[in-house]
Parts: sequence; C-alpha cells; structure tokens
Amino acid sequence: MDAIELTQISIDYGARRVMANLTVRLNRGNVMVVTGQNGSGKSSLLRVVCGLQRPSAGQVRFIAGDQAVAPAEARQQIGWMAPDLMLYRELTGLENLRFFADVRGLAIPDTELSALLERVGLYGRGADVVATYSSGMTHRLRYAYALLHRPTVLLLDEPSVMLDQRGHELLETVVAQQRTIGLTIIATNDPREQRFADVLIRLEGSA
Amino acid sequence: MSKSLLWRATKAVFVRELRSEFRSRQALNAVALFAVCSIVAVSLGLGPLNRSAELPLVHAALLWIVLLFAAFTALARVFVVEEEQRTAAALRLAAPPHAVYLGKLLFNLLLLCALTVLVAVLAIVLLRMQVRSPGPFVALLVTGALGLVAGTTLIAAIIARAASRGALFAVLSFPILIPLLVTAVRGTALALSGTGWDRCMAPIQTLIAYAVAMFVTSLFLFAYVWED
Repeated sequence: MDAIELTQISIDYGARRVMANLTVRLNRGNVMVVTGQNGSGKSSLLRVVCGLQRPSAGQVRFIAGDQAVAPAEARQQIGWMAPDLMLYRELTGLENLRFFADVRGLAIPDTELSALLERVGLYGRGADVVATYSSGMTHRLRYAYALLHRPTVLLLDEPSVMLDQRGHELLETVVAQQRTIGLTIIATNDPREQRFADVLIRLEGSA
Repeated sequence: MSKSLLWRATKAVFVRELRSEFRSRQALNAVALFAVCSIVAVSLGLGPLNRSAELPLVHAALLWIVLLFAAFTALARVFVVEEEQRTAAALRLAAPPHAVYLGKLLFNLLLLCALTVLVAVLAIVLLRMQVRSPGPFVALLVTGALGLVAGTTLIAAIIARAASRGALFAVLSFPILIPLLVTAVRGTALALSGTGWDRCMAPIQTLIAYAVAMFVTSLFLFAYVWED
C-alpha cells in the first residue's frame, strides 16, 4: 500500500458527532499519530480505517501505485491492534497465531510463528493458553496478531498502554521496521509515542 | 479467494471451534443436559403411552420439539461467544466471511448430529419409541438436522450482537423453521409407523430442498450480516 486517503470522515454516535470532516493523506513510510481526549474518536477512526466500523460520512481510499485498492483486498494488508482486541483465551499463543495464519491463507511454519512470538517478547510462552497470560503478555500477543501477515498498513491503538519499558522498545522497533514496508497510524495520548509522528492530528471532541 | 484457500480457512474455523469446545465443553454440556432432562421429564410425565394410531405422531412431535429447543440452546453459541468474548473483531479482520459461515455451520451440524443421536436413543429407551422403518427414520433425522442448522446459523449471526439474544433467536428462527418442523414431524411419524421408502421420500426430498434453499440464501447473505 502506498497511501491512504481519508476524505471528509465524520463519525456520529446517535445524535453526538465525535469527529467532523477529517481529511488527510498518509504516504508510505510515514507515521500518523492521532491524539485527543477520551471519547474524541481516536479508536473509532482506526476502526473506520480497518473497516470494522462504517463512518457516518466520508470515505477511506487505499492506494497502490496510482490505483485505488478495493476495500476487501486492502483489508488483507491491514494489521490492527487495540486494547479491546481479544484473542481466543482457551487456545495457546501459538495456536492463536496458527489459526489466524490459516484463515488468512498463509502457509507459515511453526518455527516462524515461534520467532514472531519471540520478537514480541513471548519467548517460551507460546504453548501456554492465553487465559494464563498477564495483561502485558496478552498485549504483546496482540502485536503478534497484527504483525503476523506483514501488513503494509499498521494501526496501533494505545500501543504501549499495558507494556513495561521493554515493551516500549518493542514498539520503537516495530514502528521503525514498518516505515520500511508501509505506513502506520497510532492512536495515543502518550508523549513518547507522539514523537513518532510525521503527521500529527489532534482531535477536538471531548469526553 | 481460491477454493483451496476458502477450504483451508473453513477447516481452520471448524477445527478452532472443535478445539475450543473440547476445552470448555460449554455447548456440549448445556445441550446434553437439556436433552436428557427434557426426555426424562416427558417420560416421567406421560408414563407408558397406550398403543394407538396417533402414537408415532406423538413420539415424532416430542422428538422434534426436544431437538428444536436444544438447537435454540446450542446453535447460537458459535456467534454469541465471539461477541461476548470480543474475539469477533479479530476474526472479522482476518477471515473471509464465507469461511467463517461454513466453518461454524459444519461445527453446528456436528453438534446437532451428536445431539440427534442422543435424543433418538433416549426416546427409544425412555419413551419406548419403536422405529419400524430405521432407514427412512435416519434419513429424516439427518435431513431435518441439516435444515435446522442451515436455517438457524445465519439467524445466530444476526442476533449475536443484540442485547436480548436468547429471545430474539427463538422469535426470528421459529417462523423460518415451521415448514421444516411440520415436514420433519409428519415424515418421522411415517417412518416410526413402518412406512417404507416410497412414501417417506416426499418429506425427505422436501427437507433436502429446504436445507439447500436455506444454505444458499445464508451463504449469499452472510457477508452482509457479518460485516455490518
């Protein structure tokens, strides 16, 4: 994916408008950071971009070369993680990754899945069921879910909210690597994460 | 998406459902308990029934009523659990909608087949239900179960995000299932009374047509239901 164009995006919840007429373009290699108070629509914006939520108005266009990419095709290239993203608690970390690789049609050997778990800091815990993970470990598994298919569009919602110092280092590595293969959108209020921004958007809606 | 990728994704969804069920046993326990309690309650309440011309129809009706309500208990779970445990978003983003539908349909079919065997055996033992034409009886149970699963799996996806799911599932499913139930009860009564294949073929064909119609309709509609 070479770019994403958001055009006149508005998001309403009932009679309450949380975002009005957001227009922005993000190019490959860049990082967009979205900040704003609680309820300002940061998470909703990411859900709109990945197609989990329809905007009340406006459109999202994915562009490869100079061609628009169909939403269904673009979805295959999106990696999304958020605190409210849940994986299967009764499966192990490795089984979760195997399942999501299979449904995406990816033939990834177990050694690669284990390497991905190691990369996100879950070395040696792949055989444990997710129900036994701490909140930080669960968050690290969300990284693995989002990075599993090497997405060209990476959407990170509160990416370090449950992580320790080494988790922040993981985030820095992930963002740096993503710059080489695609684009990233981060929803956060953490000043350390705002430093990644090539494009910074402050949403004005309030809680 | 190619057929091989769709099949692989479908298999992954089905295996994941099986694995989760084997580890939690939530659906299986709930359904088995419901089936056993229902049949035992009916057998205790009615006692030994007098042999009459209506007896096969009474047995067939009881059998399908238990199957219907056990299905209401169990079949919605495949989608409701995804919403309750908030895993639906991860699945929506990663899996093709048709693979989700087919994988969950296959799991529901397996669950209902196991339930049907259990209910039929309990009815034979506790209600002293006599099966005089076993071949047509099994065919009617299998085609009826196919129709029941095809008719309810899409409804399960529709109601999964609603607040009062249980009531809504029954309310939406029941009108759709009436033709199936009428045909299945009458056909099963014929098989219990010893009618051969020749007269049982009409209800069997009707049930097959119903299952195919519901399956094709659901397959076309599922992507809209799942993604909206």
